[in-house]
Amino acid sequence: MSETVIQIENLSKQYRLGVIGGKRLVDDINRQWAKFRGKPDPLSKVGKASSRSDFETDEIWALNDVSLEVRQGEVLGIIGRNGAGKSTLLKILSRVTAPTRGEVRVKGRIASLLEVGTGFHPELTGRENVFLNGAILGMTKSEIRRRFDEIVEFSGIQQFIDTPVKRYSSGMYVRLAFSVAAHLEPEILIVDEVLAVGDAAFRSKCLGKMQSVNREDGRTVLFVSHDMASVEALCKRGIVLEAGDVSFDGDVTEAVNRYLRPREVQAEANELEDRPREGIGGARIHSIRFEGDDGNVRTHFRMGEPLNVVVKANFEKTMRNPIFGVNLLTDRGVMVADCRSSHYQYQIGQVTGTVEYRMRIPSVSLYPRTYVAEPWVCESEGAPDLDWVHEAATFAITANPDYLGGATVTASHGVTHLSTEWAAEVIAN
Amino acid sequence: MSDKGSNLAISDLVSAMGEGTGKPPFSDQPQEPDDWTLVIRPKSGWFDLHLGDLWRYRDLVMLFVRRDFVSLYKQTILGPLWFIIQPLLTTITFTIIFGNIAQLSTDGLPKMLFYMSGITAWNYFSDCLTKTSETFSSNAGIFGKVYFPRLAVPVSIIISNLIKFGIQLGLFLAFYIYFLTQGSAVQPTAALWLFPLLLLMMGALGLGAGIIVSSMTTRYRDLRFLVQFGVQLLMYTTPVIFPLSKIPDQYRWIILANPMTPIIETFRYAFLGTGTFSWEMLAYSAAATAVILALGVLLFNHVEKTFMDTV
Repeated sequence: MSETVIQIENLSKQYRLGVIGGKRLVDDINRQWAKFRGKPDPLSKVGKASSRSDFETDEIWALNDVSLEVRQGEVLGIIGRNGAGKSTLLKILSRVTAPTRGEVRVKGRIASLLEVGTGFHPELTGRENVFLNGAILGMTKSEIRRRFDEIVEFSGIQQFIDTPVKRYSSGMYVRLAFSVAAHLEPEILIVDEVLAVGDAAFRSKCLGKMQSVNREDGRTVLFVSHDMASVEALCKRGIVLEAGDVSFDGDVTEAVNRYLRPREVQAEANELEDRPREGIGGARIHSIRFEGDDGNVRTHFRMGEPLNVVVKANFEKTMRNPIFGVNLLTDRGVMVADCRSSHYQYQIGQVTGTVEYRMRIPSVSLYPRTYVAEPWVCESEGAPDLDWVHEAATFAITANPDYLGGATVTASHGVTHLSTEWAAEVIAN
Repeated sequence: MSDKGSNLAISDLVSAMGEGTGKPPFSDQPQEPDDWTLVIRPKSGWFDLHLGDLWRYRDLVMLFVRRDFVSLYKQTILGPLWFIIQPLLTTITFTIIFGNIAQLSTDGLPKMLFYMSGITAWNYFSDCLTKTSETFSSNAGIFGKVYFPRLAVPVSIIISNLIKFGIQLGLFLAFYIYFLTQGSAVQPTAALWLFPLLLLMMGALGLGAGIIVSSMTTRYRDLRFLVQFGVQLLMYTTPVIFPLSKIPDQYRWIILANPMTPIIETFRYAFLGTGTFSWEMLAYSAAATAVILALGVLLFNHVEKTFMDTV
């Protein structure tokens, strides 16, 4: 068993939401300034009691008592929804910010790629930026000089190396930045979705380079991504962060499944309150359910069957012709379709109070797998969503021997069936 | 048709980054329970300064200096000549307005030399102060993504300003030698040996004051505006455009309280042979500089860890 190279113990990080907001920034400044001078809190003196209590409820724990060990040579995938604490964890590990409580112990040099090309200066030439960026990432000048030719050759932009990077195309810029990063050779590498940029050919070249380094010294990698497919492919071990806690730690496939599978769909999903949602308000979605044409609530549908998505929403004010929508996604988070009433010029007229809307798919041409539905409403085309419930409910599509002439279709054939017409003739014999 | 086509990039990733199989780099070292290279804790003590880190990143400091220098005058016609034009024009303006029109005393020194010596020294201090005071606000982008000792930025600013000061000092020396050969009433004194110390003090004072401001601007942005004219006002409490000897007694303490005063006066005395020089004043200035710098480093160090949460 290889040794532990990262040991995280009871790590917690608290943020004050108010720091971002306009009015509270002023409060915060007054407060800190007073604290700094050793004076009492001005807010408590001015009698803004409400403002102060707001303040305290706005403190959130981005990380809450996280303990974790990473062993040498492990490739650990970190997954979680937005705001689950992934970035905070990475920031603490990269020493960009300090934890509120707890401790992290690390063995070996950490390089974090939260971004490629950090510190690139547009006026400087490619050569100068390689040195600058390398030094920012923790290399010494002599280390960079030793690898310089390799870096430049790797980036494939030899002829432009003495051109200011502001004249580069964005592709060239990323290539050069990647090349520097790829030649870092730390013991521990923290990667935050930066692999998602750059063209595929160059990316695989870049990773090939990492592979050769990896083989030699067994580098440890922490990988954060929203792309479940690549997390699953890259990592053996995965952890799921949920509201600042590690809710799962173990085999990556199971971690991905945990992350992706929202709660079992009940006969009727009435409990949408705890789901992540966004929107400007004015309407609130309460429930969602899936029905067959017979009106029975179901979670499993056969390919080719009719499927009804029924959503109940409450409109807090009177609105004219709002747009109803349901986004369909695969269990891997890939968007299948943005279905909206406005595509069919459906107009409900004046609405207020509780509304139940129904989207009927006459024949579900989705391939067998689990799908996620996310209902939303907005006031008019192009307007921000009033409410949008993420991962509200799931339904499963199963194979149907009566559909497509009984052909065997599985998830590996794609996401959705396209209706096609065929013709063929022998043109030479 | 195979269904693997779309997964090409992913299989690349796997083969590239699959778990390491090589030998662990530490395997041949005896394992001790607290054999950690880095421990990340909540705010460490005020005096946990990691100045060693700064030394390890010295290459970065020099690259920052180079960046600042190279990028500043890119796409300008006169380039580094601006370093000379600016103090030259200021000196001429001061000579005309304060020297000839307002008829302020220059302690019997040639006006050009008097003003230029003050301006050259003052510029170094004020540039150090204003530039370092923007450390956090103008580097938020980098600071939010990568760790390196944050002090590398202000230190690099002090060094790049030192280069600028060197060029401006060259201009001053050119005038100085010209006036010397013309037989003006100027003469270098033994205090010239103090020149390296003066330079160090100006840099340290500018750095100290600058990082105090930059540490506080992360929470108190108003300071940024205060610095703009604060430095200008500060110049009038420093004997840049007037000699200390001509200040009426009731205002003298204000001027004397300014730690820059002894530095400028000593600077002038060293080169020109006239001016108020006393070891006590210089010692006071050195002590004040040390306190301000120490306070600055402590504050800066304290703020840098949580800076990203407040910006």
